[in-house]
Amino acid sequence: MSTYWKANQRRLAPWLFLAPGMIMFAIYVIIPIFQSMWISFYDWDGLGEAVWIGTDNYVELADDPEFYTSFKNNIIWLVLYLLAVPAGLLIAIFLNQTVRGIRLYKSLFFFPFVISQVVVGLIFTWFYAPGFGPIYLLIEWVRASELRAFVASAVIYVICLVAFAIAAVLIVLLVRLLMTSRRALANFIAALAVIAFLNLVFGGSVLFGAIGQLAQQIGENPSVIVTWPVALWQSISTGVLGNGQGIAILADDRYVTYGIIAAGLWPQIAYVMILYLTGLNNVAPDQVEAARLDGAKGWRMLWYVILPQLRPATFIAVVVTVIGALRSFDLVSIMTAGGPYGSSRVLSYYMYEQALSEYGYRMGYGAAIAVVLFGIMMVFISGFIWKMWRDETER
Amino acid sequence: MFPRPIAQTSRATQVMYQVALPIALFLWLLPLIGIAVTSLRPPADLAQGNYFGMPSAIAFSNYADVFRNSDLARYILNSFALTIPVVIGAVGLSCLTGYALGIYKFRSNLLIFFLFVAGNFVPFQILMVPVRDLTYNMGLSDTTTGLALFHVAFQTGFCTLFMRNFIKALPFELIEAARVEGVSEVQIFWHIVLPLMRPAIAALSVLIFTFIWNDYFWATVLTTSREAQPITAGLNSLKGQWVASWHLFSAGSIIAALPPVAIFFLMQRHFIAGLTLGAVK
Repeated sequence: MSTYWKANQRRLAPWLFLAPGMIMFAIYVIIPIFQSMWISFYDWDGLGEAVWIGTDNYVELADDPEFYTSFKNNIIWLVLYLLAVPAGLLIAIFLNQTVRGIRLYKSLFFFPFVISQVVVGLIFTWFYAPGFGPIYLLIEWVRASELRAFVASAVIYVICLVAFAIAAVLIVLLVRLLMTSRRALANFIAALAVIAFLNLVFGGSVLFGAIGQLAQQIGENPSVIVTWPVALWQSISTGVLGNGQGIAILADDRYVTYGIIAAGLWPQIAYVMILYLTGLNNVAPDQVEAARLDGAKGWRMLWYVILPQLRPATFIAVVVTVIGALRSFDLVSIMTAGGPYGSSRVLSYYMYEQALSEYGYRMGYGAAIAVVLFGIMMVFISGFIWKMWRDETER
Repeated sequence: MFPRPIAQTSRATQVMYQVALPIALFLWLLPLIGIAVTSLRPPADLAQGNYFGMPSAIAFSNYADVFRNSDLARYILNSFALTIPVVIGAVGLSCLTGYALGIYKFRSNLLIFFLFVAGNFVPFQILMVPVRDLTYNMGLSDTTTGLALFHVAFQTGFCTLFMRNFIKALPFELIEAARVEGVSEVQIFWHIVLPLMRPAIAALSVLIFTFIWNDYFWATVLTTSREAQPITAGLNSLKGQWVASWHLFSAGSIIAALPPVAIFFLMQRHFIAGLTLGAVK
């Protein structure tokens, strides 16, 4: 025994070190993924006998309007959550200075990420509260004047356009990430993706009807992205624009998801900011100086010199933001519990509701929703893993 | 350095920056400042509609009330009883796995590593039904142990990513030299690598502490009673009890946020190293 151990020590040791962690991880993470896929083919209340029903759960899902509402909200989350990346970069650039006490400032800016989403949700619920919430009062004030309402509407419009542009860029990046070895093909597919994307934003195709609907849900009058000027004209002519009424954001199915996302952006921006602060710290000073001597400054400096060097930070910021957006559960649960009338559900929350709440213990149906969510996330996860794998094997 | 250091700019810009900093910070933290002030507001103020004006008095009694007439203290204890073992368990396990994947070269090394990484990204819902079932079958439903076991297992994924990258960056010559001397593999781990891993252990501990303390989803799925629920799920339960009592609500929220915030401030450097070291490489 001991001679065998001595001779093969170096071959066996890694497995001994790996065993406890791997066994735990397999039992609680890897195997349950497949179990869930298996359960999704059953009708099961979690206690009694499970009945094999084949793909019935998925067939039901395909016709379930609640499912599409959740799915649409997931897409809105994904698109708008990505605003955290440029916003975090902006704050990081603002704070990347060496003045007295800047360390403390950086830490305090990071604060929102450290506190629980439950607390963040409670804070924002209070902020939106009709009658006395500060944001409710602010909206009342803005809408008391036509001019203020007009400016606010324009600002929201621009934010939406920026969000969609960012999402389009992300799609291109993701496609190119997956196809780097064949550049021509990659660019072709990337271009197709952008065209499809623009098409669905402005036209609302069948495949991505969800985003078409999104375009209709921003602003007091619908169709902001496409027909913002028309909507604006309508609100002016009907006197809605300056009527001075507040909006109960969390009780209004048109705004509720955006209200929750705004709450989620607050900690997420803080997270991205800290990633970029470390990234900026590692930017090569000689390159910056050289570029400065060549006359680069401001935006050009940022775009051509700084951003390329920040690529690792950008990568990880996009990863955590995408994963965070698709995992969103806490805020929805705390702030609205999916309401009003299920309009703020996301897939993760809908799954929970189906499997574990008073709406019935439908484990099989819940598992089917989870499998769909898993499939969506797998697209992104495999992209990230692919890139990390390449970095790892190139070294 | 980008942007251009403020010290090289005109006097006016410097003054403007110095003024802008506190204003920006104030606006950024406004939500927090809001609830901090509310938590100290006497209930009478809220009843009179004085939500944002000066509080008529500073009411520390809100904090006492929160403890007196709710299970908050119990929830906090539950959270500690959950978080501390999970930190020890997950960090301990990942020291081993990180060492195995960072030091040894074997065929399935990268495959196992990326299995850990990918598992760390999956949506919680795909694990929910089987994990809940498993916990129930082990007789651990609605216990801190059941919740802690899952967290240890799941966090091992992230911790392994972190530890393995850290160990990979250590000087490999040290280990080779020890092997030539005939030191056994276990002793190399214990006497050579582990002491070098101290900064990584500190960073990871802080990070995992906040992750677990702030977890809400698994707390609601795996625990239901006041005997086992941590503070995040507890606060949500208290929502019903405290309808419209925003002063109690705010005090409760502040208390719930305090431990991770305290840890963050005490170990600030480790925390930020943790967030970036494991990821940006």
